[in-house]
Amino acid sequence: MLELDRVSKQVGTSLHINDVSMTLEKGSLNVLLGPTLSGKTSLMRLMAGLDKPTSGDVRVDGRRVTGHSVRRRNVAMVYQQFINYPAMTVYENIASPLRLEGASKSVIETKVREAAELLKLTEFLDRTPLNLSGGQQQRTALARALVKGAELVLLDEPLANLDYKLREELRVELPRLFAETGAVFVYATTEPHEALLLGGRTAALHEGTVTQFDSTIDVYNAPVNLQTAQTFADPPLNTLSVQLDNGSLMAGDRSMGSLGQRAERPADGAYSLAFRPHHVSLQATEGHSVPVQAIVGTSEITGSETYIHVTVGSDHWVVLTHGVHRVNNGDAITVYLDPSRFYLFSSADGSLQLAPVTNALAAA
Amino acid sequence: MAQITLDKLAHSYMANPKNDNDFALKQIDYVWEDGGAYALLGPSGCGKTTLLNIISGLLVPSKGHIRFDTTDVTEMSPEQRNIAQVFQFPVIYDTMTVEENLAFPLVNRGVDKAEIRKRVGDMLETLELTDKASRRARGLTADEKQKISLGRGLVRYDVNAILFDEPLTVIDPHMKWQLRTKLKELHEQFGHTMIYVTHDQTEALTFADKVVVMYEGEVVQIGTPEELFDEPAHTFVGYFIGSPGMNILPGSVDGHQIRLADHGFKVDKHYDALAGLTEIGIRPEFIRVTDAAGAAGKGVPMQVSSVENIGRHQIVRGKINGHSVDAVVDEDARIPAEAYAVIDTSRLNVYQDSHLVRASR
Repeated sequence: MLELDRVSKQVGTSLHINDVSMTLEKGSLNVLLGPTLSGKTSLMRLMAGLDKPTSGDVRVDGRRVTGHSVRRRNVAMVYQQFINYPAMTVYENIASPLRLEGASKSVIETKVREAAELLKLTEFLDRTPLNLSGGQQQRTALARALVKGAELVLLDEPLANLDYKLREELRVELPRLFAETGAVFVYATTEPHEALLLGGRTAALHEGTVTQFDSTIDVYNAPVNLQTAQTFADPPLNTLSVQLDNGSLMAGDRSMGSLGQRAERPADGAYSLAFRPHHVSLQATEGHSVPVQAIVGTSEITGSETYIHVTVGSDHWVVLTHGVHRVNNGDAITVYLDPSRFYLFSSADGSLQLAPVTNALAAA
Repeated sequence: MAQITLDKLAHSYMANPKNDNDFALKQIDYVWEDGGAYALLGPSGCGKTTLLNIISGLLVPSKGHIRFDTTDVTEMSPEQRNIAQVFQFPVIYDTMTVEENLAFPLVNRGVDKAEIRKRVGDMLETLELTDKASRRARGLTADEKQKISLGRGLVRYDVNAILFDEPLTVIDPHMKWQLRTKLKELHEQFGHTMIYVTHDQTEALTFADKVVVMYEGEVVQIGTPEELFDEPAHTFVGYFIGSPGMNILPGSVDGHQIRLADHGFKVDKHYDALAGLTEIGIRPEFIRVTDAAGAAGKGVPMQVSSVENIGRHQIVRGKINGHSVDAVVDEDARIPAEAYAVIDTSRLNVYQDSHLVRASR
């Protein structure tokens, strides 16, 4: 178990990590999600002991390790840039942490072959890394982290330089591989989609602060504030300022529907209304009951879905629909919103006031 | 702007290529229409960068010709071809201001001052950088720098084509969204011929009118995003486009009967019996996962091994008669313990030795 207790890191005048507390369980998968410079790498370096926090404590299984160098701790790290020993074969690269530990020949042989098999590297064991593709090089680095049997495995955007499809495959495999080792597994990414595919728990980062740390799907479904919701949205959330008055939502003189059927209604007042692009429909349905006049901007057709950028008053929204819809730039259309999918955030501090009822909750 | 003709183009990095396998780019014949938006899509090593380098003039092909309209440019340097290029990493001058950076390609070509001022002003506005016009590029974020790179590529109206080599790979998701849309807008506005290289299907599909899918040096399909999704010409395209990709299952066809994963289905189309390896493709989006009642006799049993809730939808992974199958279902769908897969048989594609076979009637 790894604990961060009120950890901060200041470099010069800038606060890279601001008062972060979190507990990472053994055998758990933890995603650090946030844009570039939100503090993901800084946080990982503190976890690893590569950097010493300015204040706060890092504990492993209750033991204080703040300031212990990474060498005294059993940590494996994999970076976005593949790092391998160029002069060694893939076999020797994977074996290197075991050799440092002084493992026996037969143990090394077994573990290297096992890891190579899992990461589909068996046929490349005799090559040197420079004769491999980027994906194979990164798999070599991952195999080395795997055999190390580290208690803490830190992967910093490990798939960012790989091809889309390869990423898709490794995303499915990686959590499974490392879950079996019982290590605390930390994975940094800028992509909401990747966090969702990995599952586990997600810490959303914003400017050095962890805004929320919870099960991944819960952070996605019920973000504690607008900032977290935006960090965890791709495509971006549609947002607008509204007034709630006796259950009715008004954006200026435009009606945005009512929260009539929703029980836990917050108090009347000003809110930020947010909803996801795929919850806007081009047809009126039972759920999509709120018509809104919009002007079409650019559309993007992926072959199975269509992203339509629209302007509503002074707001820009994205509508994501199934199938192929051809609409022309400048067309006036009506889009339909589903109030059961609305989020309301406090217009004062951005905190979540109302979240959609999710399937998971409905099932409980 | 120009139409670009690839005439029996092929390239090998070897001095004396002996057979097809020695070619990084196998023969391609194609005409890129004037004003079209094209994407070259494929995994690393598929030959897409080789093709782009031939178009830009960084590489002279071992075989064939390339023409801009009627001019043979095969041996011409990039400068002589009058093209603009945008790369993965921003190429800008850190010591110049944003404005000066955007003006640079125009100043270089002796465009007159009033015209430069107008175009740079327009571009600053389009890129939403007007407020940073007189800032030096040095202090800007990576996203902003890449925006300037895009602007430098787009600021000249007289280029034959604009080539993009993975321009958004290093950009964060939110900004990627904005820049991608911006690029599409700029294409609609100026009508340049644009060629965009990427391994990212979302970028390729949303940007391009026509996507060129490459695999092991070969063009396996050129089509609209819709065509690539609905009727992949090759099982590789089925796998590569879509997340997860198309399910490719062993099967057979005979008249109106299609067998896949050891289940028979009657379809409206008619297929002649096939020799060679027959496989059936079905996109995960066209498989519904439900219980016995929901299937109403139309489903086949599916052993579900995992359900990944990825927010917008759920990916159901499992097996049908021992064959791995993925399905994409609605975010609200409940996956029953005893699950049935209902396959939309109008969406089945038939493959013989990896190539699409169309119905005979």
